[in-house]
Amino acid sequence: MSESNSTIVELRLPTHLGYEKVAMSTAASLAKLRGFPDDRIEDLKTAVAEACINAIEHGNRLNEKLSVGVVLRAEPDSIEVKVIDDGSGIKKQPAKPDIDRKMHGEEDARGMGMFLIQALVDEAEWVTGLDGKSSYVRLLIKLDKDAE
Amino acid sequence: MQSETKSRVDQVTAPSGHPVAVLRFEGDIASTSKDAVLGAYQSLPKETTRLILLDFTGVDYINSSGIALVIQLLIEAANASQKVYCFGLSAHFTKVFTMVGITKYAGLFATQTEALAAL
Repeated sequence: MSESNSTIVELRLPTHLGYEKVAMSTAASLAKLRGFPDDRIEDLKTAVAEACINAIEHGNRLNEKLSVGVVLRAEPDSIEVKVIDDGSGIKKQPAKPDIDRKMHGEEDARGMGMFLIQALVDEAEWVTGLDGKSSYVRLLIKLDKDAE
Repeated sequence: MQSETKSRVDQVTAPSGHPVAVLRFEGDIASTSKDAVLGAYQSLPKETTRLILLDFTGVDYINSSGIALVIQLLIEAANASQKVYCFGLSAHFTKVFTMVGITKYAGLFATQTEALAAL
């Protein structure tokens, strides 16, 4: 893969809910430029938005002195997104949301962000920073969902 | 930064003759949308409202916090023995609502006409 086919875009977002839309729009623009189909762009937008919301709410705990880093790397057939915060990472993956339990008040109605991320992209991993902060989530979405 | 959610309520009648309350949303549905979503729902008279349609035609962005508000609305509606249906979702959010299981508790339709015809 030639270097000219790889493009990196970096953002630094305020720790303030709503700014995830800046990352979402940037990711969508990049994916459109790289020829991603509309349905994959929509998947990417939701996954990036949810990753940024998690970073703002849980990673940076709404501390407006901190920022959220977003690094988008476009390759010819995929886009990788890293969303970096100052939190200590996740201790364990939450259980898959259960609508019946939610409807019966046995589970919080919230808590679907990580599930949506995993369901919508081809790869998702949560990485804890070595210093106990600068944790990140790495997402990878392929141009062709069925590609190996 | 998040765009304000607007909502309004229309009262319509289904072809079957049943009265239906239509909650129409516009803008983003996110954590800041509690008043627009739950407030609008709670303004409906519980004694006389049996069928509710949620109109997402004017909604561009729904995040997981917004979906949680819709689930809270469904919980309150179920407790009041009301039936809820949705229409106007994009193909993407139709997929997302299906993924999280909302379709088990709220039927999804493409348009208001299709939804009303089914009631």
